[in-house]
Amino acid sequence: MASIDQDSKDNTNITGANLKGSRFIDSFFHFLTAIASFSIILIIMGIIAVLLKESFLAISKFGFFKFVFSTKWDPVREVFGAGVPLYGTLLTTLLALIFAIPISLGVAIFVTEIAPEKIRGFVGGAIELLAAIPSIIYGMWGVFTLAPIMAKYIEPFLKDTLGNLPVFNTLFRGTPIGLDLFTAGIVLGIMIIPFAASIARDSINLTPKILKESAYAMGTTHWEVIKDIILPHSKFGIFSGIVISLGRALGETMAVAFVLGNKNKIATSLFDATTTVTVKLANEFTEADKDIYLSSLFYLVLLLFIMSFVILAFSKFLLMKYKKERV
Amino acid sequence: MNIMKSFLVTLMVFLSFVTAKASDTLNGAGATFPYPLYSSWAYHYEKEKGIKVNYQSIGSGGGVRQIFNRTVDFGASDDALTPENIEKNRLLQWPQVIGGIVLAVNIPGIRSEQLVLDASTVCKIYLGDIKFWDDERIKALNKSVSLPKKEIIPVYRSDGSGTTAVFTHYLAEACSDFKQKVGEGKSVSWPAGIGGKGNEGVANYVKRTEYSVGYVEFAYAKQNKLNYTLLKNPAGNIVKPSLKSFSEAAKYGDYNPEKHFYTWITNTKGKNTWPVAAATNILVAKEKQDVNKKVTKFFDWAFSSKADKLAENLIYAPLPETLKNKVREYWRKNGIY
Repeated sequence: MASIDQDSKDNTNITGANLKGSRFIDSFFHFLTAIASFSIILIIMGIIAVLLKESFLAISKFGFFKFVFSTKWDPVREVFGAGVPLYGTLLTTLLALIFAIPISLGVAIFVTEIAPEKIRGFVGGAIELLAAIPSIIYGMWGVFTLAPIMAKYIEPFLKDTLGNLPVFNTLFRGTPIGLDLFTAGIVLGIMIIPFAASIARDSINLTPKILKESAYAMGTTHWEVIKDIILPHSKFGIFSGIVISLGRALGETMAVAFVLGNKNKIATSLFDATTTVTVKLANEFTEADKDIYLSSLFYLVLLLFIMSFVILAFSKFLLMKYKKERV
Repeated sequence: MNIMKSFLVTLMVFLSFVTAKASDTLNGAGATFPYPLYSSWAYHYEKEKGIKVNYQSIGSGGGVRQIFNRTVDFGASDDALTPENIEKNRLLQWPQVIGGIVLAVNIPGIRSEQLVLDASTVCKIYLGDIKFWDDERIKALNKSVSLPKKEIIPVYRSDGSGTTAVFTHYLAEACSDFKQKVGEGKSVSWPAGIGGKGNEGVANYVKRTEYSVGYVEFAYAKQNKLNYTLLKNPAGNIVKPSLKSFSEAAKYGDYNPEKHFYTWITNTKGKNTWPVAAATNILVAKEKQDVNKKVTKFFDWAFSSKADKLAENLIYAPLPETLKNKVREYWRKNGIY
């Protein structure tokens, strides 16, 4: 008896000590995770503070609307405006999404529903490999391989065929040289396909098997299952994949710098060269030798930061709204 | 910004100190254009004298900023600083080696050194006034060449660069329209054409885009086997780009030690001078006498005939002998030789 008593006493002591220890570890762990997350907020605040401080000169000289809507960028006369790069950023991103969304959806559906088991892994791996290629490689491929093909075959073909139709004649105007919005959109589209496709694939995979199987049991076709069961079920996942790739497209620099033609002019045709915010930064940051020049470049960064934030917040908001409606 | 940049460079310099482990190291930073040459000189100099010269090609603007902040032993810049700027920042400056800019063209059927252009036609091409290759003004200079009716695609540097500064200076000097509408500088607002990043970017665009024309350093045109044009110089002669015609331009340059050699050697008056040439410059801090003596020892060695050969192999034109002596005199006068 006594010995058992002794034992249980010891036991409680030990567990008590363990409890205390684990509590300490727990709270320490909580503390660590909290620090990790707050540091992100701190970093973002710090970035905004630095950007505001560095772009102060340009903000006070050009103001907001005058800077955003001006298309002039003249380092010699020290007149700067963000109109062209902001518009170029939005346009290349939009084009990339137009190219990437159908392809990544097709890929995701093929890999999950249609392809035989053996091919699935192969195609899936290939897509993930696409994401691992550094962006400068895409840029070099764009300028060395894709641009000449675009200039010689694809763009003249589009100009001669679609270019005769009403809307398309403005879209395909100008001399096709392959270093333009069109090529940049395609390169950027290929770059974001892996992000959109792999997230779409994962969310399609989450569709409950029982739903699909009962649908097939009812005699529905493959197409109907995809259209009426899988896509409605996984649309949030697909949408968040698109949002993530959108973020990537907004900030892409090197690949676009190679194929967009670096021209400070509003593009009105797909065959026009233009520029984006990040491309302008990569080009001009190192040799910006006047204070107002450097400050204007910082102002551009600040605007890109705000723009990306607004776009991503808006997409998140839409996502949340959809989710609520569904519940 | 500046603080961060200087911090980074200090870090780099510090790291290179650690790896070099000797006090016999000279640290320089600046222009990318002479980088291949300076590294080749540094390699041979170390083999001969055991003194390491460490050169970071961070761009002319960066080189100037680093020597302003005294984080390097010497800076290198493609465009010379004005005498006022030199005095204000207590620096010394001298030209080291000459380079030339050529117009690379890609017109099927036209060979290198076949097409002739002059400042006024080049200027109008870059302004977008001359739109087609068979324009009368180009034809007038090329009576025996058959030119196609194709749209000209001018290619410029999209990044800020000394090459652009020299090229726009050449055009602004010879063509008042260009001066008024565009002006001159390391980056300008181009009315026509597309932009490639770096000399290699322009070289690639020209190589891959038919009917384009672009301005690049002579060395890049050679290495990329681009076709380039001849130019008519202010004396009215049609000249070939060559190390000789670049050096010739320096000979006619108004190099004055009193003005710390600040000058341009575009459109110089000689009979056989290439009109778009430029010297790349070295900058040192005036008060660092001991370090400067080591720096000038290196660059004096770089004036030797052996170093000249290395330069010529890499397609850089050595300074004319008279100018070298002027630079040595300038060193002596400032007590760093």
